[in-house]
Amino acid sequence: MYTLFKIELYKIFKRPRTYIAFIAITALIGIIQLGLKVDGKEYISFVLGDLSNTLQINGNLCNGYFVCYCILQLLLVHVPLLIALIAADMISGEANMGTLRLLLSKPISRSEVIIGKFLAASVYTIFLLIWLAFLALIVSIFIFGTDDIFLIKNNYAVQIAANDIMWRYAGAFIFAALAMLTVTALAFFLSVFAENSIGPIVATISIIIFFTIFSTMSIPLFNKIKPFLFTTHMVAWKEFFDVKVDENNISIAGSIYRPDKIIYSAMVLIIHIVTLVSISIYALKKKDILS
Amino acid sequence: MQNTDIIQVKNLSKQFSKIHAVNDISFTVQQGDIYGFLGQNGAGKSTTIRMLLTLIKPTSGSIKIFGKDLQDNKKEILKNIGAIIEKPDVYKFLTAYQNLKIFAQLSGCKVSKEMLMNQLEMVGLASRAYDVVKTFSQGMKQRLGIAIALIHNPDVIILDEPTNGLDPQGIADIRNLIKRLSKEFNKTVLISSHLLNEIEQVATKILIIDKGKKIIEGTKQELLDPEQTIVEFETIEAEKAREKLIFSKWNTDTIFQNYNNISLSLPYEQIPSFHKFLAENNIPVFSFHQRNSLEDYFIKVTKENDVHAI
Repeated sequence: MYTLFKIELYKIFKRPRTYIAFIAITALIGIIQLGLKVDGKEYISFVLGDLSNTLQINGNLCNGYFVCYCILQLLLVHVPLLIALIAADMISGEANMGTLRLLLSKPISRSEVIIGKFLAASVYTIFLLIWLAFLALIVSIFIFGTDDIFLIKNNYAVQIAANDIMWRYAGAFIFAALAMLTVTALAFFLSVFAENSIGPIVATISIIIFFTIFSTMSIPLFNKIKPFLFTTHMVAWKEFFDVKVDENNISIAGSIYRPDKIIYSAMVLIIHIVTLVSISIYALKKKDILS
Repeated sequence: MQNTDIIQVKNLSKQFSKIHAVNDISFTVQQGDIYGFLGQNGAGKSTTIRMLLTLIKPTSGSIKIFGKDLQDNKKEILKNIGAIIEKPDVYKFLTAYQNLKIFAQLSGCKVSKEMLMNQLEMVGLASRAYDVVKTFSQGMKQRLGIAIALIHNPDVIILDEPTNGLDPQGIADIRNLIKRLSKEFNKTVLISSHLLNEIEQVATKILIIDKGKKIIEGTKQELLDPEQTIVEFETIEAEKAREKLIFSKWNTDTIFQNYNNISLSLPYEQIPSFHKFLAENNIPVFSFHQRNSLEDYFIKVTKENDVHAI
C-alpha cells in the first residue's frame, strides 16, 4: 500500500490543478495582509466599535497574531472548496480518464486503493494547511510584528498575552487539519459514486454551504440537527482562543475555557472521517467498474 | 506444460438490472493458446473480460485462473495477468516513461530505467519516452497500453480490442507480437475483437458469443465448415469457364459470375484438384483467392441465434 500511496502523491503533485489551491491561498492572504497593512487601524476601530470609547488600549492591536486570526476566520470557510478540487477527483477523475479499470486490474485490493488515495489526498490537505499557516502566521508576524491578541467575542472580549499564543495556534492548526480532513473524506466519499469530478466537487461545496447555514442560523428546527453536522464542529478551533480568567478577570496563561468542547468536536470529526472512508471502501468493493 | 488449463470459466452470468449482459458462458483457455473472443458490439465480450479482471462481479458462475478461484486469490492471480481493457487510457499529464513506471510498480515488479526503456523500445516509443501522453496519437497510446500490459512479464495476457485506433502497420505489429508471445514465450493470450479478420489471423481457438450467450467454441478448423470454402478466380474467359463448371462435377448453385470473376463454394481438400481442372480446360487464371468462410460462418451462427431469439 505504501507504493500506491507514493504513486498517488506523485500523481497529485504532478497535476497543474494541485497548485491552483496554493496560488489562490497565497493571493487571498496577500490581499488581506495588504489591506490590513494599509488600513489596519480603521479595521481595528471598526472591530472594536463602541469599545474603543470605553477602553484604553495600548500597544499594537493589528499585530501578526491578530492578522492570522482574521485570516483563519475568513479562509477556513473557503479552503474546503480548494480541497474538494483534488479530493473529489481522486476516484471519479480516474473513472473519467479511464484509468480506474487499469488501476483496479492490478494486484491491489480495493481497500488499499481507497486508503492509499485517501492518505495521499490527506497529505495534500495538510500541505495546504501548512502553507496557509506559514503565510497567515509566520509571514504576518514578519510583516506586522507581535503583541498581545485582543479578540471580540459575542458578549465579551479576550486578551491573551503574546507569549501565550503560539501553542494555541499550533492547536488551532492541528484542529483545522482535522476539520479539513473531514472535508477531504466527504469529497473523497462522493467521488466513489461519480464518473467525473464535477459532480462530487459541486456536491461537496453544496453540502458545506447547506450545513454551514444550518450551523450558523439560530432557528429551533436547525438547532436540533446542529450537533450532528460536521460544520458545527469545524469551527471549534476558535476554542483555543477562549481562556479561563481568575477572580480579577485576568486571563490565565496556558488555559482553555472549554477544552471538553474541542475534544468532543474532534471526536465527532474523527467519527465522520472514519465513517466516510469506511463507506467509501464498502462502496468501491461493491462497485462494478464500467467506465 | 502444454494443455494445462489456465482459465476455466463455468456458467458465468452477469445481469445488470433486467439485462443479461453475459448468460451462462463456459469456456477453457489452455496454456499457450491464443484464444479469440469473437462477437458483435454489445455481445458481452468486454463484460466477460472485466469479470476475468475482477472489475465486475459475476451474478453467478465461477472463474478459475491458474487453477485457483479468482475471487479468493485476486492479488496472486492478477500479478500474473497483463491486460488492455478497451481503450488504453493512461495518465495524460504524465510521460510515457512515468506511466510505465507507475504501472510496473503497481504490478509488483522491480523497475529499472533500462527495463522500462527496453519495453518502450519494444513498442516503438523509446524516442517519445519523456513526452507527456496528451501529445500522443491513439495508436501511440495503444502501444503504450501494450507496454504496460507486458511490463511485468505476465503469463496471461488479456487484450480487449487491442488494435483499436492502430494503423495497418500497427495492427500487423500487434498481430506479430501476439504470435511471438505465444510461440516463443508460451504465453496464454485471450484476445477479444468484433473484427473477424483480426481474430482469424492470430487465434488458435475461437469462441463466438452473441447477446451474452456462447454460440460456439473450437479451433478455426473446427469452426470452418469444410464444405463451404469459397474460391474466387479472375479469368478473361469467364463465360467459357462458367460453362465448363456447369457441365462438370463442380456444378453447384454457388457458382456466381461477376464480369471476369467467378466464385463458387467447394470442399477445402478439393482445391488442388480444382486447380487441375482449370488447367486441363485451358482456362487462363490471372488471380485466385480462397476466401475465408469464417465471416460467413460468423454471420450464419449469429443470424441463427437471432432467429432462435425471435
